[in-house]
Amino acid sequence: MADHLLSILVFSPLVGVAAVLLIPGSNDRLLKITALFFTLITFAISLPLAFDDAFAASGALQYREMVEWIGISHFFSINYHVAVDGISLWLIMLTTLLMPLVVLASWNSIDWAHKGFLALLMLLETGLLGAFVAHDLMLFYIFWELTLLPLYFMIGIWGRGQRIQAALKFFLYSAVGSLLLLVAIIALYYHAVQQGVQTNGFDIQAFYQLDLPYAVQFWLFLAFVLSLAIKVPLFPLHTWMPAAQSVAPTAVSAVLLAVLLKLGCYAYVRFALPLCSAVLPIFAPLLIFLCVLAILYGSVVSMVQESSKMVVAYSTLGQLGFILLGVLAMNQQGLSGGMIQMLSHGVSAAALLFTIGFLEDRRDSCQMDRFGGLAAEMPLLALSFLIIICSAIGVPGSSGFVGEFLVLTGAFKGGFYLSAVLAGIGIIFTAASMLRMYQRLMLGPATPTDSALKDLSLREVVIMVPLLVLIFWIGIYPTTFLNKMTPALDENLKRMGRDIDIVALQVDVRSDQEVL
Amino acid sequence: MPANLNLWSILPPLSLSLLAAVLLLMTLTLRRLKPVHSAAISCASLLLGGVLAACHWNDAQSGFAGRVLFDNFAIFISLICVASGIMTIALADNYFSREQESGTTCYALIVFTVAGAMWMVSATDLLTIFLGFEMMTIALYVLVGYFRRRAGSLEAGLKYFILGSFSSAFLLYGIALIYGVSGSTRIELIAEHVQSNTAVSSDAMFVAGALLLLIGLLFRIAIVPFHMWLPDVCQGAPTPVAAFMCSGPAVAAFAVFLRVTQLALVGMQDGLMTLLWILAVMTMVVGNFVAITQSDLRRILTWSFIAHSGYAMVGVVAWTEIGTAAVLFYLLICSLMHIGVYAALMLIAHKGEQNLTLDGVAGMGYRKPALAIVLTLQLLSLMGVPLTAGFIGKFYLFAGAIQAGYLVLAIIALLNCAVSLYCYLRVIVHMYFKPPQQDFDWISMHWPTMVVILISIAAVFALGLIPGPFMALAGMAGI
Repeated sequence: MADHLLSILVFSPLVGVAAVLLIPGSNDRLLKITALFFTLITFAISLPLAFDDAFAASGALQYREMVEWIGISHFFSINYHVAVDGISLWLIMLTTLLMPLVVLASWNSIDWAHKGFLALLMLLETGLLGAFVAHDLMLFYIFWELTLLPLYFMIGIWGRGQRIQAALKFFLYSAVGSLLLLVAIIALYYHAVQQGVQTNGFDIQAFYQLDLPYAVQFWLFLAFVLSLAIKVPLFPLHTWMPAAQSVAPTAVSAVLLAVLLKLGCYAYVRFALPLCSAVLPIFAPLLIFLCVLAILYGSVVSMVQESSKMVVAYSTLGQLGFILLGVLAMNQQGLSGGMIQMLSHGVSAAALLFTIGFLEDRRDSCQMDRFGGLAAEMPLLALSFLIIICSAIGVPGSSGFVGEFLVLTGAFKGGFYLSAVLAGIGIIFTAASMLRMYQRLMLGPATPTDSALKDLSLREVVIMVPLLVLIFWIGIYPTTFLNKMTPALDENLKRMGRDIDIVALQVDVRSDQEVL
Repeated sequence: MPANLNLWSILPPLSLSLLAAVLLLMTLTLRRLKPVHSAAISCASLLLGGVLAACHWNDAQSGFAGRVLFDNFAIFISLICVASGIMTIALADNYFSREQESGTTCYALIVFTVAGAMWMVSATDLLTIFLGFEMMTIALYVLVGYFRRRAGSLEAGLKYFILGSFSSAFLLYGIALIYGVSGSTRIELIAEHVQSNTAVSSDAMFVAGALLLLIGLLFRIAIVPFHMWLPDVCQGAPTPVAAFMCSGPAVAAFAVFLRVTQLALVGMQDGLMTLLWILAVMTMVVGNFVAITQSDLRRILTWSFIAHSGYAMVGVVAWTEIGTAAVLFYLLICSLMHIGVYAALMLIAHKGEQNLTLDGVAGMGYRKPALAIVLTLQLLSLMGVPLTAGFIGKFYLFAGAIQAGYLVLAIIALLNCAVSLYCYLRVIVHMYFKPPQQDFDWISMHWPTMVVILISIAAVFALGLIPGPFMALAGMAGI
C-alpha cells in the first residue's frame, strides 16, 4: 500500500469524479455528500505523508514510483515517475486539506449543475496533486495542463458578470504559458540528447546532472520565467488573475489563489532555479525588482478596491511577490521563508475568500459598502476574520509572520537590502489595506436598509476551524513544518550552489552562504 | 503468364473491386434490395478486404514484376481505409434515411473508393499509383455530388471534379517527364537511376517532372497553396462523405505522397526537405488562422484538417524512421478523430444540414449533455490536450522533427497548436457558455452512429493513454 500511496492519492479524486457522474443530476444533496466523502478520503490518504519522519531525516525522494509509460524506440519516452520530498509535501497537504473545505463552502453558493461543478473540482484536484508529485518533466506538464480545463469551465460557467471574457483571458494566458513551458522542456531534452546523456524519459533528476552551456541556460531560464511569470502571476503578466477573480465563484477563487498560483512558485523552486543556476546572478536582480514592484503595486492597488474579493486578489499579487522574493534570495532563510509563506498564504487566502463567500451567500454581494458593523451581529465571524487578517498582515504569532520574517532575513542575507526594505514597506501597505477591509466590513455603523445577518452556521464553523488552527500552528510552532522541508531545501540549494560558487568568483559573493 | 505474377499481392484490392462491382450491379438489378441490406453487404465486403489484407502482416507480397508490393505499410493504411469505410457506411445509413434519399449506390461507391485506396498504397509503380488514384477519386467525385437535386452538393462535386482532374493531369505529366528521364515508372528503378547519376537530380526535366508529380499529390492532401477546394467540397458534400474524405482517402493520399517522396525522389532530398519545410509551415499557419475566422462548424473542421495535414508534413520533413512512424500514427489518429467529430455533427444537424453553425450549437451543453461532452472530448483531442490521442500524435511528430534536428520547425508547430486551441475552444464556448436557443429535440440517437462515436472516443483515450502498441505497429509499418 505504501508503495503506491502517491498513485492512489493522485487518482482517488478521479474515482470521485466517476461516482459523481453516475449519480443523477437531480439529487444534489447526494452529489455534494459524495464529493465531500471522496475529498475527505483523499485527505485521509495524504495524512501518512504528513506524519512521515523520513522527510525530516533527509532530502531524498520518498514514495517513489516509476513506470515506463510512452516510449518511442528509446529516444523520447515519458515515464510515470512520481515521488514526494519536503518541497512538495506541504503543498500536497494544503491541496488535500482545502478541497473538502471548498466542497463545503460551495454547498449553497453553487445552485445549479452541481454534478458538473463537483466533477470538475475533483478533476482539478487530480491535476494539482499529480503536478506536485510528478518527477518526470513531461508528466508534470501533462498534469499542469490538466488543471487548466476544469478551472476554465468553472470560471466560465458558474461565474458572474463578464465570465466568458475572463475565462477566455485565463485560458489564453495560461495556454501560452504552458506552451512556453513545453518549448523549454523540449529544448532542454534536445540538449540532453545532443550531449548523449541518458535521461530516462524526462526525469528531472537526470536533468539536474546536465551541464548546460551558459547560452542555453539563458534562453531556457527566459522561457521558464515567462511561462511561470504568467502562472504565478508576476507583474506585468498578472492581468488574468484579477479578471478571473472578479467573476469566479468564491469556492473556485479559493482554489485558484490558494493552490494553483503556488504551482507556479513550486515550479520555480523545483525546475527553473536548479536547472539554470548559472544565469541566476544575472536574472535575479531583475526578477527581484519585479517582485518588489508586485509587492508594492499589489498592496497599494488593494487599498483602493471597493470589492472585498478584489482586495484579496491584489493583495495576493503582493504576497506572491513576497514568496518569489524569498525563493530568489537563494539562501536557506529565503527559500524556507518562501515555502512557509506559500503554505501560510494558501491558508489565509483561502480563509479570507471563504469568509467573503459567507458574506456573499447572505447578501449576494462582495462590495464593501453593502456591509458594515457586522462585528455586532456576527461576533464569531468577526473574530475569525480578525485572526485571518492578522495572518495576512504578518502579526507575530500568526502564520504570516514566520514567512515574512524568514523572507526578509533571506533577502538581507542575500544582499538585496533595498528590496528588503521596500518589501517591508509593502507589508505596511498590505496591513493598511487589510485593516481597511476589516474596518469597512466589520466595524462602523451597520447599513440601515438590510436586515440583520445570522452568525456562522455549523458548516461554516467547520470550514473555518481547520484553517484557524493551522494559522496558529504555523505561527507559534512552525518547526513542525520547517523540519520536514529543510533537508530537501538544502539539497536544492546544493544543486544551485554548485554553479553559483563558480560564478561567485567573478561576481560579488552574495547568495550561496547557506550551502551545507 | 509471366512467372512473377503474384496474385496474393493484389488479392485484397482485387476482391474489393470485384465485390464493389457486384454490389453496384445488385443495386441496379435487384428491386427488393433494401438500403440496409446494401449497407450490410458493403460492410461485409470491406471486412473481407481488411482480413485479406491483414493476413499478410510481416509477410510482404511483391508481385507483377515489382509493380505491386503489399507490405506492412500498405496493410496499415489499407486497414485504416477499411475502418473508415465501415464507419462511414454506418453513418451514411442513418443520414440517407433522414435526408430521404436512396443511399444504396453510395455504399458501393465507398467500397470502390477503399479498393482504389488499397490499389494506390500497395503500388510501387507510378502508373499503378495513378490507376489507384483515379479509381479512388472518380468514386469520390460521384459521392461528393451525390445529391443530384441539391445545388450545394452539385457545386461541390463539380468543383472537386474539375480541380481533381487538373491535379490528375499534373500527376500524369509529372510521371511522363520522370519516365522520360529515368526510363522507367517503377519507383525503385527511378530511385536507382537518380542515385547512380547525380546529374539527374538537377536535370531540368526531372525536376519539372518531380514538381508536377508533387503538385498532383499535394493537391489531394490539401497542402497550402493547393488547399482551397477542401472547405468548399466538404461543406457541400453530404456529411458522411465529408467525414470519409477527411479520413480514409486523405490518409491513403498522404501515404502515397510519403512513399513517392521518400522512395522515388530520395535523390532530391535536400531541396525537397526545404520545400516541404516551407509548405508545412504555410499549411499549419494558414489552416489554423483561417479556422479561427469561420463560423460554420464543417468549415472550422476542414480548415483545421488542413492544419493537421501541416502537422503530418512536419513528420515527413523529418525523413527519419521515427518521423515516418509518427506520420503513420498521426494518420491513424486523425482519421478516427475526424470521423468521430463528423458523426457528432451529423447528429446535431437538421435535415438539410442547417444547424451546423456556432450559433446553432449554442447552449447544447445543457440540453444534450452527453452529445456535448462527446463532442468536447473529440475537440480536446483535436486540440492536442494531454491524455488524448491528439497529444500523443503531435508529441510523436515533434519528437521526430527534433531528433532530425528541426528544432525551429517543432517550435513553430507548437505555437500553431496554441493558435488552434482558440479555434476549437470557440465551439466549446458556444456549447457551454451561451444560453440555449432551441431544444435540440430532433437529435435522436441512431445506434450505428452512436457506435461510431463510441469507437472514436475509445480510440481517442486508448491511443492517448496506452499508445505503445499502436506506435510499435506504426513503426513496423514504416517504409
